[in-house]
Amino acid sequence: MEKRVPSREELQNALLARCTGEEVERLGNAEVAVAGLGGLGSHVSVFLARAGVGHLHLVDFDKVDLTNLNRQHYFISHLGMDKTEALKEQLLQINPWLDIKTSCQRVTEENIPRLFQNADIICEAFDRPENKAMLVNRCLELFPEKPLVCASGMGGFGRSNAIVTRQVGRNLYLCGDGTSGIEEGQGLAAPRVALCAAHEANQILELILNDRKKKEMREEK
Amino acid sequence: MIVNGEKTAWEAGLTVEKLLEAGNYRTDRVAVEKNGEIVPKKNYPTEEILEEDKIEIVSFVGGG
Repeated sequence: MEKRVPSREELQNALLARCTGEEVERLGNAEVAVAGLGGLGSHVSVFLARAGVGHLHLVDFDKVDLTNLNRQHYFISHLGMDKTEALKEQLLQINPWLDIKTSCQRVTEENIPRLFQNADIICEAFDRPENKAMLVNRCLELFPEKPLVCASGMGGFGRSNAIVTRQVGRNLYLCGDGTSGIEEGQGLAAPRVALCAAHEANQILELILNDRKKKEMREEK
Repeated sequence: MIVNGEKTAWEAGLTVEKLLEAGNYRTDRVAVEKNGEIVPKKNYPTEEILEEDKIEIVSFVGGG
């Protein structure tokens, strides 16, 4: 049966049932860029879309394949599709009124300025440590005022409480246990990767909403 | 100096590059912050560390 698409107002009202008007507005105006749409980035994007973050920029060069289904937010019907398109399709099923930009390309030192200059907050969600380090270094050098949330150490299973969020610099937040990498032969499983993704998404929400509080405090002075 | 939250032996002339070498870090997998600000990669050989500095070395592992 064909389902009716809820109106923008209906979805807005549904969000208002769970958040204040100011929070909904703040979230709706925020733009977050997600770099890498694997186990971390696909879940981070779903969380942010559900929370009502209005502008998302999805960045990944890869296509969905069978080995992704153990932990990444894709389905059989997405196999062979660009991850950017497969994820955008899902996010629009959560909220068709979101503004979703996609960049189906490999992130390099050279294209970082263009890809990430418009974001309020950048989420690092790559797989390989060299790519994580490259993005974090380049973004903090180019945009020292932009908050950046990154992840390291979410391999294996169990040890839920070892996954933490730490502020490691003025605008750098690090999620994960810091040590459980795939280098030690640890696999990656959905729960622990999604736990780490939830840490990233939760930190991003805190940055969006606390920024508002800080601004209010400045205005009161 | 403080490195990743722990008081660590310091010596005059210490640079970010020397600190990373001493800790056997892979420079292509790290981000280094000095007193809360990123140290650009190209500055690793010349960036001096003072005794009162706070250093954070984020060393990334794979998975995502």
